[in-house]
Amino acid sequence: MATSANPYALPINPARQSNPGWWVMVLVIATEAMLFVYLLFAYFYLASMSSSGFPTGGFPKLTLVVPNTVILLASSGSMYWGEQGIRRGDQRRLRIGMLVTLVLGAVFLTIQGIEYSRKAFGMGTNAYGSLFFTITGFHGAHVFVGLLMNAVVQVWAWRGWFTRERHLAVTNVAMYWHFVDIVWLAVFFSLYVTPRLL
Amino acid sequence: MATTTVPAPVSERLTRIWETAPGLFGALATVDHKTIGKRYLVTSIVFLILGGAEAAALRVQLARPDTSLMTPEAYNQIFSMHGITMIFWYASPVLSGFSNYMWPLMLGARDMACPRANALSYWTFLMSGVFLYTSALVGQMPDKGWFAYAPLTETAYAPGLNMDFYAIALTFLSVSTTVGAINFIVTLFKTRAPGMSVTRLPIFVWGTLTTSFAVIAAAPALTAACVMLYLDRRFGAHFYDAAFGGSAVLWQHLFWSFGHPWVYIVVLPAMGIVSDLIPTFCRRPLVGYTFVALATVSTGILGFGVWVHHMFATGLPATASSFFSAASMVITIPSAIAVFSWIATMWHGRPVFKTPMLFAAGFIILFVIGGVSGVATAANAYDLQLTDTYFIVAHLHYVLIGINVFAVMAGFYYWLPKITGKMLNEKLGKVNFWLMFIGFGVGFFPMHTLGLLGMPRRIYTYAAGLGWGWQNMWVTIGAFVFALGVAVFIANFFWSLVSGADAGPNPWDAPTLEWATPSPPPAYNFARIPIVAGRHPLWEGRDGEGAGRSLLDTGPILDQGRDTFGTTPLDAEPDEILRMPEDTMWPFFLSLSILVVAYGLVFNGLLLAVLGTVAALACIVGWFWPRRPPAASAGA
Amino acid sequence: MILPAVILTLTFAFTIVTENATAAPPADAVMTIEITGHRWWWEIKYSGDSSGPVTANEVHVPVGKPIRLELTSADVIHSFWIPQLAGKTDVIPGQRNIAWIEADAPGVYRGACTEYCGQQHANMAAFVVAQSPADFAQWLEHQRAAAGGAASDSVAAGFAVFQRSACASCHTIRGTSAAGRIGPDLTHLGSRATIAGGTLANNPGNLAGWIANPQTIKPGNVMPAIPLRSRDLQALLAYLETLR
Repeated sequence: MATSANPYALPINPARQSNPGWWVMVLVIATEAMLFVYLLFAYFYLASMSSSGFPTGGFPKLTLVVPNTVILLASSGSMYWGEQGIRRGDQRRLRIGMLVTLVLGAVFLTIQGIEYSRKAFGMGTNAYGSLFFTITGFHGAHVFVGLLMNAVVQVWAWRGWFTRERHLAVTNVAMYWHFVDIVWLAVFFSLYVTPRLL
Repeated sequence: MATTTVPAPVSERLTRIWETAPGLFGALATVDHKTIGKRYLVTSIVFLILGGAEAAALRVQLARPDTSLMTPEAYNQIFSMHGITMIFWYASPVLSGFSNYMWPLMLGARDMACPRANALSYWTFLMSGVFLYTSALVGQMPDKGWFAYAPLTETAYAPGLNMDFYAIALTFLSVSTTVGAINFIVTLFKTRAPGMSVTRLPIFVWGTLTTSFAVIAAAPALTAACVMLYLDRRFGAHFYDAAFGGSAVLWQHLFWSFGHPWVYIVVLPAMGIVSDLIPTFCRRPLVGYTFVALATVSTGILGFGVWVHHMFATGLPATASSFFSAASMVITIPSAIAVFSWIATMWHGRPVFKTPMLFAAGFIILFVIGGVSGVATAANAYDLQLTDTYFIVAHLHYVLIGINVFAVMAGFYYWLPKITGKMLNEKLGKVNFWLMFIGFGVGFFPMHTLGLLGMPRRIYTYAAGLGWGWQNMWVTIGAFVFALGVAVFIANFFWSLVSGADAGPNPWDAPTLEWATPSPPPAYNFARIPIVAGRHPLWEGRDGEGAGRSLLDTGPILDQGRDTFGTTPLDAEPDEILRMPEDTMWPFFLSLSILVVAYGLVFNGLLLAVLGTVAALACIVGWFWPRRPPAASAGA
Repeated sequence: MILPAVILTLTFAFTIVTENATAAPPADAVMTIEITGHRWWWEIKYSGDSSGPVTANEVHVPVGKPIRLELTSADVIHSFWIPQLAGKTDVIPGQRNIAWIEADAPGVYRGACTEYCGQQHANMAAFVVAQSPADFAQWLEHQRAAAGGAASDSVAAGFAVFQRSACASCHTIRGTSAAGRIGPDLTHLGSRATIAGGTLANNPGNLAGWIANPQTIKPGNVMPAIPLRSRDLQALLAYLETLR
């Protein structure tokens, strides 16, 4: 086989999908996803045990959260657009896409902060309050980490370090960001929609 | 088969490329899986000894009725720390130690796929354990048992720092466990020798791989539970507080969703060790390799469906209770398959009862007893009598000591010659075995009857006149005999370093790849990357072995950097070169940062927690920052 | 492979049969007893009317009859277990678990708390006393009665000690002004065989030692040590002796 004859004919650390770094991100996403599975399990378990008071203060309002969800989904769109750009070698598209994602993500967190300040209950009010702030808070923390990753990778993008062949860091950040979005959809559905359904 | 030989300039070059830098920098920055593996093993044994000392104290207190050598407060801290230390800081890390050391050697690779993550998983293991034991320095060790049921753990009933140490230490440790699990999975997919297809993996590799997936799925449950506990305690949350809409049983669901898979995590690799050494000492391949591999994986999966069997007494509906009872019985079937396979291998082989094989045989006996007591407890109606009594203490020690500790002992006697290059003393080994086996039997078998006589768990003393006294005395005696066995092992280890015979590459004439290297292996593991064509590369060419033609002497050298092959997941076709990282301080600094965060959280130091978090984030950025801008068109 | 599968199936079938037979209380349960776990004693209430007698750590039942139990906890999770009569049932705050027992023969059946509940988990025994239906009815009737008034001056003095030493803030004695809910009901303290969660036989010497310093007998338990002059302690004991 080619390996015996000339092993160095094979590429060294190619920054493509089979790279260990990609697998690491997939597994990190898997374990973080399980974290949200258990958090949402806690929510549904306590909801099923409660006779009243779930959710506190009536159904959670949709006024802020629906537009906020749209904003987060849009940020995934811009991330995807940016990543597609670097796959074609388009540096500018990558930079703009990531920048828009960063801004939209920051707006998401800000609006969520406003929503927090308008809630009539707190973490210590009752179990519902504890769940609401913990689950959305964990998600928000994951968004924040995603924004930090975005910022660091953007520094490299703006220095022109990525190419059509080498942009695994972008792929990884994009994967993570889409994961954060999907988790948000699950959180949104569980906390904001299911009370209205059941 | 002799180890491969290359010209001296080549081996010197490889050594220069792969060896760790000297001095303190090298000690803190090494990414060599062998060093990390040895550290894991030594540190785990230290925790084993700490947990054992705690057990000895408990047994002295319980040897006779109405004893007051320890206050209830002290007793409750010690029994809790015994469980916590053994189950979290010994049982899984010791297996990680063997896995870390052996996997690249067994797989024919030069290192794990993520060497820096490997270092991180060790440093966080060590530092989380140090953090946990700091609680002893302030006299506030966790004291609510290793499974810490709410609401006993809430501030109202646990006012000190004890349970904050618990929640934070476990979350800290889970960083280690998760990072380690990710590393094993990626290594399995990416860095095997060419030709090492999934059907040719040692069962030990199957065991650790299965548990790595289990960790990915289960560890977050513990994180969620502990974070919620911390929020209840420090931020006035009400997750476990029934008066405010929470539920005490929620803790149990989350904890056991983690805890039950965890018990398989601490035994499946151990079963793998035995599955790999029985063939060596029976001079023939494992009977039913495919069945055993499948049994390993299916036990790991089924392990997620039985957690409620820890909760039969909580007032569940009978239907749910019966479902989990059935599932708990079904899960014994794959284990039984493995037991039959081992026995068949011994039956059809020519067993040689050197010390590793003695421990393997003892392991099988204790496994069966522990498994049978497990079936008894799986029956939900019967479990209502047995649960929370010494019967359960007997069962759990039969499975944890019988399956984990005895297999670990077998692993030490089997692999220490490879790791140190020195043989252990065979006579001392046999003394070691019999002391442990007899001590264990005397110490733990009576616990079955004590449970049946009504002795509850976790009591610091008991009244005279209940008929429990003389059996408790036997238990204490047995425990000390067992401890003597452990001491003999430590002595034997040091003896081997001083007076042991040179082991040579393959003292046991074993079939798998780790025995194709010198003992101890050089920093680069293999001078020539093996090309694998069968399950037992070192036994090829013998009567009854397959006609595979593994190439151990003529494979490629790969000496232009810290290089090993990257291979496809299933068939291990090489498709890239993986250039491994150099020594780096980032894993050590990141672990230190997390330690700072942990201290900030436990002592209510907000500034410390924030600084630690910022430092940790900076370390992660530094870790991933490229050394130099990548060339425009490197590689394909 | 076949043999283990057969064995397990048979085991499971047997389990199901046993579970069905033992899980739910029979329809003809003659009474319901409410048991509440506390740190570190059992509150036993015979329901029915609100004046249902309340006692501690000893559950009296008529022999040969199924008795329904309603179990809950006032603080942390405990577990109520009388090995010779039934499997254990956890008592969980905020939750009401149902169990049942039936004693086939008269006698005293000892049990214990079997869920780690803190410092004195080891000293939280429980007893089921099975009596003939006639004896049981007599016992229950006696337990219903409130405490008698003070029969003599020394006894009245003892009650005065009880009141001013903060005992009344934790303990109830029905028929008096003492109505504390934290510790066991003492109305018929003298009728019980043990004190301190089953740790000590109920006799004047032990009772004196317990009152003088509960923390040496059950370190960490909720009853504080209240220093009493010897004369006051004697008066208190004389009073408590009247609470049969």
